[in-house]
Amino acid sequence: MSPLDPAHGRHLLEQMLRVRRMEERCAELYTQSKIRGFLHLYVGEEAAATGVIEQLEPEDAVVATYREHGHALLKGTPMTAILAEMYGVAEGCSGGRGGSMHLFDMDHGVYGGNAIVGGGLPVAVGLALADQLAGRPRVTACFFGEGAVAEGEFHESMNLAALWDLPVLFCCENNLYAMGTALARSESETDIAAKAAAYEMPAWPVDAMDVVAVERAAARAVTAVRNGGGPHFLELRTYRFRAHSMFDPERYRDKAEVRTWRERDPIDLLERRLRDEGSLDDAGMAGIEERVASEVDAAVAFAEAGTPEPVETLGRHVTSEPTGGGVR
Amino acid sequence: MSTTTYREAMRDALAAALRDDDRVFLMGEDVGAYGGCFGVSLGLFEEFGPERIRDTPLSEAAFVGAGIGAALGGMRPIVEIMTVNFSLLALDQIMNNAATLLHMSGGQCNVPIVIRMTTGAGRQLAAQHSHSLEGWYAHIPGLRIVTPATVDDARWMLQTALDDPDPVLLFEHGALYGAEGELTDDLGPVDLDRAAVRRSGTDVSLITYGGTLPTVLAAAEELAGRGIDAEVVDLRTLRPLDDEAILGSVARTHRAVVVDEGWRSGSISAEISARITEGVFYELDAPVGRVCSAEVPMPYARHLEIAALPSVDGILQAVEELGLRG
Repeated sequence: MSPLDPAHGRHLLEQMLRVRRMEERCAELYTQSKIRGFLHLYVGEEAAATGVIEQLEPEDAVVATYREHGHALLKGTPMTAILAEMYGVAEGCSGGRGGSMHLFDMDHGVYGGNAIVGGGLPVAVGLALADQLAGRPRVTACFFGEGAVAEGEFHESMNLAALWDLPVLFCCENNLYAMGTALARSESETDIAAKAAAYEMPAWPVDAMDVVAVERAAARAVTAVRNGGGPHFLELRTYRFRAHSMFDPERYRDKAEVRTWRERDPIDLLERRLRDEGSLDDAGMAGIEERVASEVDAAVAFAEAGTPEPVETLGRHVTSEPTGGGVR
Repeated sequence: MSTTTYREAMRDALAAALRDDDRVFLMGEDVGAYGGCFGVSLGLFEEFGPERIRDTPLSEAAFVGAGIGAALGGMRPIVEIMTVNFSLLALDQIMNNAATLLHMSGGQCNVPIVIRMTTGAGRQLAAQHSHSLEGWYAHIPGLRIVTPATVDDARWMLQTALDDPDPVLLFEHGALYGAEGELTDDLGPVDLDRAAVRRSGTDVSLITYGGTLPTVLAAAEELAGRGIDAEVVDLRTLRPLDDEAILGSVARTHRAVVVDEGWRSGSISAEISARITEGVFYELDAPVGRVCSAEVPMPYARHLEIAALPSVDGILQAVEELGLRG
């Protein structure tokens, strides 16, 4: 294993930590009732989105799920706008109408958290179709959990993307549980990459606790997709350290299993590697933590100072607002 | 003016849209090589090619969702679903994405898609190809529901639908495809916010849309022979409803019968009746009448299907029950 470029390695570490520390703060804010509704944390899975999104260009698109705080942040949505959205204020990236599960940010190609399992896949296929028809060299990265594999929309979308050679990168975040239902209890064939390969698209599993492995796989896949190689599929094998949502008592899995996976915490793994390679010392690590902490503090302060949308605007954005001229 | 069929008018509308705007494409099951399940897109595949007249697998959720994504990506997709019953396979995409994305994204993601589908009974296609579910869809904020009933509307509504920045569902009644009518040349885009009075009258307002318009017009002629002057209001758009036209007509005639091929319970006819009661109750000389389909899944046998559907006789009887006798 050749050493990582030190600066790039530290950058990856910082990106994962931004997601982790932001979400840890979100959990605290949830217990203080500052954030309400459902809150699905990505803690443990950060390497998956970090490794893939690192390989995307700013104009590329991301379609994600209700567990998408990290995806939006990594794609460029300011942490301030994400926190404000969870506070339900006008400064939120979806104007306070989406909440934790529906972060949208057109300026950064974030086409939403979709809270219908499998519901984002056809939309990603369509974004890619528009790019193909318009001749744009854009890649659409579509993230979804392994639970989506049981949905018809998954299979229909795989087929359509492969049939039409569309520039989509399917990223299945396989954390082994669809809410509380273990993969083996819901799928007759648990090899997800094999299912995707059956649709005649290149597909392979990746150790997604290792951000470097994810980045390497994503580099290969994104390049191929961008160069007209048609859809590709990454099965990102990962694990959710925390409960499914803040309401989940976790009756369905052993604490020992969670402990075993935590030993391969993607952040700890990379930190250890960088230290072993002499690319990171205590001062360097403290510097990263300090920068991240102040970003999180600033984001919380921004959300706290946010302004609730006036109730008079309740009916906005059901239909588009007239831009003037023409028959509507 | 020239005589044409509803089917040809719709095809002309599609061809004109495809010629005028490179962003427009048609996608659906058998729209291309087959020429459309009901022949609407016949010949377009040859003129515009397989990229723009795009045959899809039998994957309603995926190709409707792909239309939504393509619309987000700057295209102007027209998605054809063979029948309204099949649209239920795409309901997640229509309801949870097309209708919802704009609001959920705080105004960022408008979805300029047109979804066309065949609706209605009358062709002995039984209980999985014959229902009228446009009223269901009219329940959903964020969608525009249009129901062209005439050759002119079949030809001229599509462009307005394509110009709409938000999703439009266009319901074509299967029994209308072969109907002939006079086509107004160069009528131009139809204002989809406005209902149309198809026959002026003073004694009773017959309010309908889509496939039952010819039945209602026939009933109005019959009533005229009995000395009752009926006004026929074609709603054209079920969401948003043109309250002004509905209430205005009833305020003039003081009596109303709503004719709707959907089932009566929880229907668009119920909504219209409620609005009339809320808006012009003191103008009414009689309770609002309704003529709807019988509350059964549509049967195959011809005589049973006829019995299940709104008919001229049923409308005449409903008018009579308002206390109107010629």
